[in-house]
Amino acid sequence: MDKFEKITGIAAPMPLVNIDTDMIIPKVHLKSIKRTGFGKHLFDEMRYNRDGTEVADFVLNKPQYRDAEILIAGDNFGCGSSREHAPWAIADFGIKCVVSTSFADIFFNNSFKNGILPIVLPQEQVDILMADAEKGANARMTVDLEAQEITTSDGDVIPFDVDPFKKHCLLNGLDDIALTMEKAASIDTFESSMSVQRPWV
Amino acid sequence: MSPKTLYDKIWDAHIAHEAEDGTTLLYIDRHLVHEVTSPQAFEGLRLTGRKVRAPDKTIAVPDHNVPTTLDRTKGIDNEQSRIQVDALDRNAKEFGVHYYPVSDIRQGIVHIVGPENGWTLPGMTVVCGDSHTATHGAFGALAHGIGTSEVEHVLATQTLIQKKSKNMKVEVTGKLKPGVTPKDVTLAIIGATGTGGGTGYVIEYCGEVFRDMSMEGRMTVCNMAIEGGARAGLVAPDETTFEYVKGRTHAPKGAQWEAALTWWKTLYTDEGAQFDKVVTLRGEDIEPVVTWGTSPEDVLPITGVVPDPSQFKGGKVDAARRSLEYMGLKPGQKLSEIEIDTVFIGSCTNGRIEDLRAVADVVKGKKIKEGLRAMIVPGSGLVRAQAEEEGLAEIFQEAGFEWRLAGCSMCLAMNPDQLSEGERCVSTSNRNFEGRQGYKGRTHLVSPPMAAAAAITGRLTDVREMM
Ligand code: SF4
Repeated sequence: MDKFEKITGIAAPMPLVNIDTDMIIPKVHLKSIKRTGFGKHLFDEMRYNRDGTEVADFVLNKPQYRDAEILIAGDNFGCGSSREHAPWAIADFGIKCVVSTSFADIFFNNSFKNGILPIVLPQEQVDILMADAEKGANARMTVDLEAQEITTSDGDVIPFDVDPFKKHCLLNGLDDIALTMEKAASIDTFESSMSVQRPWV
Repeated sequence: MSPKTLYDKIWDAHIAHEAEDGTTLLYIDRHLVHEVTSPQAFEGLRLTGRKVRAPDKTIAVPDHNVPTTLDRTKGIDNEQSRIQVDALDRNAKEFGVHYYPVSDIRQGIVHIVGPENGWTLPGMTVVCGDSHTATHGAFGALAHGIGTSEVEHVLATQTLIQKKSKNMKVEVTGKLKPGVTPKDVTLAIIGATGTGGGTGYVIEYCGEVFRDMSMEGRMTVCNMAIEGGARAGLVAPDETTFEYVKGRTHAPKGAQWEAALTWWKTLYTDEGAQFDKVVTLRGEDIEPVVTWGTSPEDVLPITGVVPDPSQFKGGKVDAARRSLEYMGLKPGQKLSEIEIDTVFIGSCTNGRIEDLRAVADVVKGKKIKEGLRAMIVPGSGLVRAQAEEEGLAEIFQEAGFEWRLAGCSMCLAMNPDQLSEGERCVSTSNRNFEGRQGYKGRTHLVSPPMAAAAAITGRLTDVREMM
């Protein structure tokens, strides 16, 4: 996994609430057995017409937002299915950070495992960032994970919280499985005591 | 010892390792696997030379992509669907996990197959790369969906890295009125809490309504815990649970059964245990409901009218406006006058035998509205066989329903069963998202008897008029 350090980039505003995983990546694109190549289908049904042409007024099709690296979104982002294709599509498109007032649980977890930083902030602060994002391509904001701060194009600094373990993994690009395997002895111990206590499992 | 909730007890019984900051390696008792979210995980194992740590606790079944028409033995036409199902076939064999191929009578939707064969038991931790894993919470098992990276993590280590959620209690008191089903209960709860209401919580469903409910009903309720944003939903195991589990193929037998039962009977929330959030509804207040929009929280009693977006607050105003445009509805329109094109009965929410019996009760001796497309898709091959044995299949076919083979079918339209643009469907599934059942398809979520009633009249219908 790539390390997440500091990004300074364009933020795209998507104020819609309850953006679900079917909007992020419709299931017709879930049929691949690979992890890559989903970016061109990100927000597919909102982004393209049925004939494959682009929907001109969809935010990521507007010239100023085509290279967005940050998404400022409405409440309850990523609700719906557990498909990791949603963060795969977001990452593959080039978005590294999503800010919202809340995220669906599974999406939130999946994001960290794919080098995406989801940031939860109160409504007023999301409103500030949304307004900043609406200014377009010249309004670059900075997300600094180490310092846990977002700096708007006007220089306003907004601090954010992040789970220390998840932060550590993201900053260092660590693979969860390797980390867990270091604790194999604990798992062995647990399993042997369970085979006595709950042998039916 | 301080009093614990049911969730606390199951959590504590599965901690394999706990770091100082509370990050826990939670041991996983059952890992269910299907073809859509697993190929990349098995591929990851192969690339790193890792094995499946506990193949005996891993159960694989294809469901999302499989055709449900009677001629499916001829194979899958869609190339990519076929590749996914073939990949599962290959991976299951290579890694030596339990496997129910398409040709096995026990094949079906993963969340129906698990309980039916006795894989899901009280007090277990159950995960699957599928958000509706919450279904298994009906047994008092801690069950939730995971992403593909986590699927790989569980395959390799039989654990998950977790932080504990908060405790939420949803209590539904009293009795349900005639015509009101577990589906109406779970939709009414989401209507009350919103799709984000459970975010960060594990819900325990408490109260007389759930105590009175069958296992099938409890599965319907827990299935949609995720639609309310919760990590998982739980119902404390009781005699109804034990009765259901007893004798199933993979349930414990003899002395092990007795030992299991002794532990299972300790799985309830202690007197005085604290919940971080409590929501209470009265069973008597719940009506048969339908969804009008494109979020499962867009719930109203069938006697209601399509709402005006301006009556909502904040971002929901725009979302509701967008929903109504998508759904082709006008504020003030009576819900019971909305005409439909299609009826889909099935899915892991409502594809069990009890659901099919409820449908048969309504449609027996009647015909579905002419011109309507209506299909019934049993949740597993075993459900299908039982429905045939009980004579339900005949009732369905005489009424004009298509009687299909088991699979996810039109719940998500990854297989040939899809809505076309603008087609309006009454569905017993769990998601009414835009495009869920097909590009620009329109979905109204309802209970099985309500779907049956709609099939007969050709419009959204209050099933109580037919009772
Ligand atoms: S029936 Fe629907 S919700 Fe259930 S597992 Fe299949 S696709 Fe998912």
